[in-house]
Amino acid sequence: MKTCFERLVNGLIKENPTFVLMLGMCPTLAVTTSAINGVGMGLTTTAVLIMSNIIISLLRKVIPDGVRIPAFIVVIASFVTITELLLKAYIPSLFDSLGLYIPLIVVNCIILGRAESYASKYNVFYSAFDGLGMGLGFTFGLTCIGIVREIIGGGTVFSIRIMPEAYEPLTIFILAPGAFLVLAFLVALMNALRLRKGKDTGIGGNCDKLCRSCPNTACGGKRMETEV
Amino acid sequence: MIGKLIIIAVGSAFINNVVLSQFLGICPFLGVSKKINTAAGMGGAVVFVITLASAVAGVIYKYLLVPFDITYLQTIVFILVIAALVQFVEMFLKKKMKGLYKALGVYLPLITTNCAVLGVALTNVQKDYSILEGVVNGFATAVGFLIAIVILAGLREKMEYNDIPKPFRGMPTVLLTACLLAIAFFGFSGLK
Repeated sequence: MKTCFERLVNGLIKENPTFVLMLGMCPTLAVTTSAINGVGMGLTTTAVLIMSNIIISLLRKVIPDGVRIPAFIVVIASFVTITELLLKAYIPSLFDSLGLYIPLIVVNCIILGRAESYASKYNVFYSAFDGLGMGLGFTFGLTCIGIVREIIGGGTVFSIRIMPEAYEPLTIFILAPGAFLVLAFLVALMNALRLRKGKDTGIGGNCDKLCRSCPNTACGGKRMETEV
Repeated sequence: MIGKLIIIAVGSAFINNVVLSQFLGICPFLGVSKKINTAAGMGGAVVFVITLASAVAGVIYKYLLVPFDITYLQTIVFILVIAALVQFVEMFLKKKMKGLYKALGVYLPLITTNCAVLGVALTNVQKDYSILEGVVNGFATAVGFLIAIVILAGLREKMEYNDIPKPFRGMPTVLLTACLLAIAFFGFSGLK
């Protein structure tokens, strides 16, 4: 039970996929034009992540090592297709606003990364909680960015107006450049908080300098030079 | 006919730039843009893979998935085709172009998870492009990626020795640069 709880905290805070590992950047930037889209995308990814982690963990002794990546991709793609069809049938409004980014969950590096680094090594129960933790961490990150963009770019949160009527929305925040801008400032804020704590500020919190096997491509083989 | 192809090409290369307005292929865009040389190499590999992938995916969709009425399997089929193609490109580079293979190293297998490749294949189907239009769209999209990543790498090389406030070092600066680039590319939407 302790491990399950630890997995949840790990995904939400210690290895938060959005702010710490910087994985799955494409949906992070693309669908966060509003808070509700962020939540929808996050939960969809969470569902796929939990299911694929469970199946891959069940099959971990059956899948030969040489073809494990294609096997993982087929499992993930199947669940994405199932989720896509379910969303189309039951929540068409979300399906329309996420559009192309639903099938693109297949290539979200978080899911393949978790399959490779966790689910293929540990038992079903832990893997499911690992998926849940990572998924919720991702949802949290997307919702944060979505809320910031929606407040500044539209003056609302979850479509409820919170800024005074006189507020002129800065539309650029819900357009493409705004995504980069908001994420840049949120990451800088995270860095500033860690610098104050005097903690190590590698992009990957758990960098072991083995770049070849590291899933964190955003780091580009070199850690940030912000060590104190 | 030619006119329509040109419109598709300009549209996907500049107006709807794949990284700066569609947010596809962000991982290599941020990760492999430290040096102009590697960025250009990565861009070249992406151009090759995307053009080939949109051709193959287009043929498979039209002659295999549609006749058997199994178009709902498109995501699974496309990702497998792309994975196989990337493997092929990797083997080809390893054998024929050792320098580029060394420079790209870890990133080449990652083209599989470059969402731009799958994104283009799916957009071609969604927009009902013919195979030729699909290939042109794929090529132009990839060229847009190449342009964006090379510009970003050039800017990053210049910024290497700047004195940046500590919390902004690394990723935040790159994201801010990308933001300014996206604003610049926004100007292309006037071409419509």
